[in-house]
Amino acid sequence: MAIAGAILSRLLKAAITLLAIAILNFFLVHAAPGDPAAVLAGEAGAADEQMIADLRAQFGLDQPFYVQLARYVGNIVTLDLGYSFRQGQPVLELILERLPATLILTLTAFWISLVAGVALGVAASARVGKFTDTLITGTALLFYATPLYWAALMAVLVFSVQLGWLPGFGYETVGSGFGGLARALDILKHLILPALTLGLFFMAVYMRMTRASMLEVAQQDFVKTARAKGLNPATIRRRHILRNALLPVVTLAGLQAGQLVGGAVLTETVFAWPGIGRLMFESLAARDYNTILGVFLVSAAMVIVFNILTDLVYRLIDPRIGHKA
Amino acid sequence: MTLWKRFLTNRGALLGLAILIAVIAVALLAPVLYPRGPWAMVQRPFLVPFSTDGLPLGTDTLGRDVLAGLVYGARVSLLVGLVSTLMALLIGVPLGALAGFYGKWVDEGAMRFTEFFQTIPNFALAIVLVAILEPTLTSITIAIAIVSWPPVARLVRAEVMSVTKREYVDAARLAGLSNLSILVRQVLPNTVSPIIVMASLMVATAILLESSLSFLGLGDPNIMSWGFQIGAARTVIRSAWWLSFFPGVAIVLTVLALNLIGEGLNDALNPHLSRKGRS
Repeated sequence: MAIAGAILSRLLKAAITLLAIAILNFFLVHAAPGDPAAVLAGEAGAADEQMIADLRAQFGLDQPFYVQLARYVGNIVTLDLGYSFRQGQPVLELILERLPATLILTLTAFWISLVAGVALGVAASARVGKFTDTLITGTALLFYATPLYWAALMAVLVFSVQLGWLPGFGYETVGSGFGGLARALDILKHLILPALTLGLFFMAVYMRMTRASMLEVAQQDFVKTARAKGLNPATIRRRHILRNALLPVVTLAGLQAGQLVGGAVLTETVFAWPGIGRLMFESLAARDYNTILGVFLVSAAMVIVFNILTDLVYRLIDPRIGHKA
Repeated sequence: MTLWKRFLTNRGALLGLAILIAVIAVALLAPVLYPRGPWAMVQRPFLVPFSTDGLPLGTDTLGRDVLAGLVYGARVSLLVGLVSTLMALLIGVPLGALAGFYGKWVDEGAMRFTEFFQTIPNFALAIVLVAILEPTLTSITIAIAIVSWPPVARLVRAEVMSVTKREYVDAARLAGLSNLSILVRQVLPNTVSPIIVMASLMVATAILLESSLSFLGLGDPNIMSWGFQIGAARTVIRSAWWLSFFPGVAIVLTVLALNLIGEGLNDALNPHLSRKGRS
């Protein structure tokens, strides 16, 4: 019951947020320098007079402001994200074509960063002040300061250009004719570098958090009790400290996972990964505002879906949450 | 120990401070070091680093001095980082302070607003803003400020809430001070230290954001920046690694320095917490 209510209230909140983003998009189009019709057509270069006149009619630019707003939001609610004049395709179609690649990339990056971050954080906290700890915290600090796209470029340089271990470009080998398992392996090979570099920053975040959280929980009374009972330190760490220390990390991870979508714009640009991030990059150069705003809306929607999912998973892991809320 | 002494005993923070001072010095001296500016074509393109006198880091695809670009890039990074952080503070501090101080519907409204901005993917919003407002130094700075203020508002709200519960605030109220003067003169000064720590980390994040935007081609077209250098060299990475390598190192060092300083400040301001963390 509690869960059903929680889902319902989250869905309502999600709908309001998306509506607000749609309104924000509308104001952004009007804030752009120049005629909104020209803006939507991808700047004057692509559009002749007739096209702009048609767009004016289509968007009702001669109508009062609130009518225009209602019309724009109405379009988005019915999943009409407009038309990309550059690509000659409806924006929704373009995005749906590219969405699976982005989902594969961001989900892989998320899991890599979470698992590696927690493992390194635990390792560092177990040897606090020793060389291992210094090494891990130092590396994390470095990753934390490294621009995503630069890490990606350097990874291409080392692992693809110099060592030739992994492909540094694209989603799969073009024209390989692979099918079934061979194709999956091929995609996996292409996935490793983009997913690793996309996850690097968040790995550092989760590592630092896990370490701090482990050290904090280790100070609590029930851990002292466990020690006093004479339990093996490794068991205490795994069963008593880690389980409690993970909770804040999982919460943060769930909230931040959505931000990976933003980072995907950079990673996909470097690796020519055919996702919505790359689509956004291509649209930037083409000044294809309809597509840019569409990708923006869809990535916000992905963040919301992700937050709801983590919230649910979290309720299952930690039954205390439902009661508190 | 005083705050300053505690800060100076932290080796990481000192290293960060040294790097930052060096970057600031380079940024200030840019016009003296390279009076011809970063765009001048000085030699033939694609000169390998350490191969030619006077061009230690080689030349780029158009024969421009890579080091001159780096030196001028430092100006943009620091300027955008600093100004956008100040702007984010100007949005976040008042909003958080009002929410935390007045509570009730003010808090509810302010926090819903903040939550909305936290839900939107940061970087995607920054891209959309800069793309639509046309990339200029101003629009980039504003966009970064718009995506970075929510954590400030949350922090200030929490701090103000806890400070407002203290007895001296009750005393001030009994003394007949107005709400506004209690908030501004009694409460806010006591929330300054966590704000300073957060601000130093925000400058670091802002520099990363600016460089990412420039990398995507959303930098101010008239201004040389580190992200632009890397973005312009992206397609020639296989033949000319140094064009993207050195600007990246500059970004990492600067951001690292700011993070180290932020952590050092945090440890110096909360000596109790930091000892607990290290034990």
